[in-house]
Amino acid sequence: MTIISGKKREKIDRLAELAAREEERGVSLWQDAFRRLRRNPAAIVGAVILTIFVLVAVVGPFFVPYGPTDTMGIREGVVRVGQGLIPGHSAEHWLGYDHQGRDVFSRMVVGARQTLLVGVVSTLIGLSIGALIGGLAGAAAGLGGRWGRWVDATLMRFIDMLLAMPSLLLAVSIAALLGPSLTTVMIAVGMVSVPVFARLLRGSMIVQSHSDYVLAATSLGVRKSKIALTHVLPNSLAPVIVQATLTLATAIIEAAALSYLGLGNPDSAVPEWGVMLADAQPWLGIRPALAIYPAVAIIITALGFTLLGEAMREALDPKLRK
Amino acid sequence: MALLEVDDLSVTFARRGQRAVRAVDGVSFSVDAGEVVGLVGESGCGKSVTSLAIMGLLPKQPGLRVGGKAVFDGSDLLQLDDRSRRDIRGRDIAMIFQDPLSSLNPVIPIGLQVTEVLTRHRGMRGDAAAKEAAQLLDRVGIPDPKRRLKEYPHQLSGGMRQRALIAMAVACQPRLLIADEPTTALDVTIQAQILELLKDLVRDSGTALVMITHDLGVVAGMCDSINVLYGGRVVETARRRPLFREPRHPYTVGLLGSVPRLDAGRGERLNPIPGSVRDLLPWPDGCAFAPRCTRRVDACVGEPPQLVLAHDGRSYRCVNPAPVPGLRPTEEIRETVPGEAEPGTVPAQAVPGDAPAVPGLGPAPSEEETP
Amino acid sequence: MTGTDVLVEVRDLKVHFPIKRGVLFDRTIGHVKAVDGVDLRIPRGQTYGLVGESGCGKSTLGRALLQLTPPTTGEVNFDGVELTTLPAGKLRAMRRRMQMIFQDPMSSLDPRQNVESILTEGLHTHGIGGNRDERRKIIAETLDKVGLPRWALSRYPHEFSGGQRQRIGIARALVLGPELIVADEPVSALDVSIQAQVINLLDELQDSLGLTYLVIAHDLAVVRHISDIVGVMYLGGLVEEAPSDRLYTEPLHPYTRALMSAVPVPDPDVEDRRERILLAGDLPSPANPPSGCRFHTRCPWAQPTRCADERPVLREVGESRVACHFAEQIASGELRPHQVQVQIVRPEGEGEEPDVVSAPSEPGSFV
Repeated sequence: MTIISGKKREKIDRLAELAAREEERGVSLWQDAFRRLRRNPAAIVGAVILTIFVLVAVVGPFFVPYGPTDTMGIREGVVRVGQGLIPGHSAEHWLGYDHQGRDVFSRMVVGARQTLLVGVVSTLIGLSIGALIGGLAGAAAGLGGRWGRWVDATLMRFIDMLLAMPSLLLAVSIAALLGPSLTTVMIAVGMVSVPVFARLLRGSMIVQSHSDYVLAATSLGVRKSKIALTHVLPNSLAPVIVQATLTLATAIIEAAALSYLGLGNPDSAVPEWGVMLADAQPWLGIRPALAIYPAVAIIITALGFTLLGEAMREALDPKLRK
Repeated sequence: MALLEVDDLSVTFARRGQRAVRAVDGVSFSVDAGEVVGLVGESGCGKSVTSLAIMGLLPKQPGLRVGGKAVFDGSDLLQLDDRSRRDIRGRDIAMIFQDPLSSLNPVIPIGLQVTEVLTRHRGMRGDAAAKEAAQLLDRVGIPDPKRRLKEYPHQLSGGMRQRALIAMAVACQPRLLIADEPTTALDVTIQAQILELLKDLVRDSGTALVMITHDLGVVAGMCDSINVLYGGRVVETARRRPLFREPRHPYTVGLLGSVPRLDAGRGERLNPIPGSVRDLLPWPDGCAFAPRCTRRVDACVGEPPQLVLAHDGRSYRCVNPAPVPGLRPTEEIRETVPGEAEPGTVPAQAVPGDAPAVPGLGPAPSEEETP
Repeated sequence: MTGTDVLVEVRDLKVHFPIKRGVLFDRTIGHVKAVDGVDLRIPRGQTYGLVGESGCGKSTLGRALLQLTPPTTGEVNFDGVELTTLPAGKLRAMRRRMQMIFQDPMSSLDPRQNVESILTEGLHTHGIGGNRDERRKIIAETLDKVGLPRWALSRYPHEFSGGQRQRIGIARALVLGPELIVADEPVSALDVSIQAQVINLLDELQDSLGLTYLVIAHDLAVVRHISDIVGVMYLGGLVEEAPSDRLYTEPLHPYTRALMSAVPVPDPDVEDRRERILLAGDLPSPANPPSGCRFHTRCPWAQPTRCADERPVLREVGESRVACHFAEQIASGELRPHQVQVQIVRPEGEGEEPDVVSAPSEPGSFV
């Protein structure tokens, strides 16, 4: 027999239900991860960097003060390379001229768009091909049976072959095959990341296919192919998404490296940070800033993607879930 | 003078942007030399945090606050600097953990790990240390100890690993051994072996043992006195037999009613505790167990319940404890007035018996709840 | 147990997992005999409890019974239908009648499904409930049965406590209206006070729905509490099978006695009085089990004759079935226990989880 007054009892009951009833609707894992992401300072910094970068890349080129290919410095006689004269920043030209008398600020802004394009497209190439191969292999390995194992083994040996080739060599051979262009750079950088995505997704799917909820679905009588598609695949995507974010950062750097080696767009009229860095090399003695601007831009952008990627890895980590 | 006297120990974890969590709140207990003391409770009750705080093994992180005292042999463990604490750890106080595999270094042979302890705390070296290590392994029941010394942890079975860990813990004849769920990861027949070994060691060497476990059965067979923890607080302390025969705190009653007993017949219904533990520490209002308690009364909400000292040196934190059959209400204890007495100093007299006896409030007769 | 209506009959079931090693090509160098010749019958509407220590093959037996792990040989007869030879499509349809409850309620629920989707999946698969409203009705009834509130439907597994998650797992099994439920360690991941809630729930559901259970657990007290018949497993084989109460009052197999005496009882008076049979050493590896009686290496009653070279079969002694050559002599006190030399056992793999035993199956199999 327990005696308790109404008001106090209400209070106890309310407290007991508090934790469970905070919100009316459930919070899915993605929402939960997003909440944790918002609380992480690293994620915020990364997101701010990337927002600025994307904004500049998308709308910046419409507002640049000068044409990126306008060699006005030579025309006006301000830039005289032969005499080692490349003027630095001024009120009209915020970042000064380059060796061909073009406005560096305008080139940086327009270059941002190229850089974003290279990063996103090459990552998408790597992600889609890699995820396709890895997903097929993972599903085949999970389905089991002789045929499934054979498909898995064949696909993975192909991936091993890709992995065995040094990435730069692979890129150079692709570039040699297709001729230097921006498309070449994107395909080359994308192909390099294919094995990473393929192995990651396959491994993740195999781990997931061992889990109890897959067994539970099997015991419900759900078809194997449906289990692979509705349970295994969605639960294996988190590390792939994190990797994609991190790959964006390396893709930008690798694209810059390939452009630097002269495998990028031969038409240097279209500015790209990697090309700008390469072009600045002969003038390091006269005006090192020409190399520093694109280098710093590449580093900061890559940092932004890395920060966000690492924060996403933390937010999606099931071990950190409460 | 007790060997270890823990007084009003509290541990708070504060993380930026999140509410501070008080995992341990005002825990007090004492361990005499040669005594086996149990800390019992379910996951999240603060039993492991308590032991880690005493040993100074809580991960150093911003926002961690440890309060209170843990006096071992005259010195407060919580005030010691790292160096002297390390000296005491292993030599005077040793610890055994739940998972022997992760407590042993996987790339170092067992023998080297044992002799390391001997070298560090007893200054033994070379052949003497190796001989002593072999003797230790023999003492904890590891067959063919000389060969085992050269083996790596992964070559031993779970039970043998736990024995090796115990050998390391008792290497320096510590005066206090803290065992944190030492048998939870083991099979029941292996558990029986390890418990028997611990009992023998305590009996032969006079080492005091603090046994941290969730298993009431283990406690019933081993401990001299038992502290039951819930929501970071000690809710009941008693000697072994009185606790199991006449549990006073409703949580202890509930725990005992929930465990299926080997000697009970098929189909005897269990009496589970309703609800589940919430991650809401400290419980903001009054007794943490109140939301799940079938004996709750008005006074359960508000101030945390005072510690009540009852007969036989037992104590509990409850304003409406379970009645003891054969004991008339007037014989027992005096009620404790909130605010008047300090926790732990309340004299033992009043008996709230079955009806709530809360000064100034009295029972509210109109509202009844049948559990 | 003759004469009762038998729902499940298992005959000479064996599950052997190949152990593969090799640098270039995998070679099979041996077999882990997880389940090695088990016969048992589960009467309709009753609970069969399977108890044993980790690595004894009890979980594998449960999965093989449901054909979630393909048996190597043997027969599993479910209500007159032979499951081992059933085509895949028909087997899937049969799954409606036999469901499973898992040990870890968190890992057995897909973290990306909310409760409604978890409960609907089975209904969709078997085409139960014609439209959305009908399915909702079935789901709501199931929630009531397991004691979960309606607002749980839109929630995700990580938002529940351990006990509630196990209720979701039970609801998922119940929603199809099965006859047999295999519960693999249904309470061992839960806190003591929550364990009792789930055990009572299972009891109530059996009373109201007439379910048949196979409860697999390492805790003899739990198994004895919930079961009508208890089977004790050791290294892939049944060593004793008896009605629950009889097993406690009159354990016949030495291993049963040892197991029984090792289970702690939360009562100091009982604990101080009881006689302990401490077993020497560890469970031998199921990849290389001892000859003859599997238990003879640790048995305090082992005899020089027969025990080491003749594997005892399960035979009827009174109401029990026991696999021991000397059960009668031990029961009468004619044979006395003796000291046993400890034999070192090498761990198979890294841990001693029962999962390790089933790990060498096909890598990454959905089955």
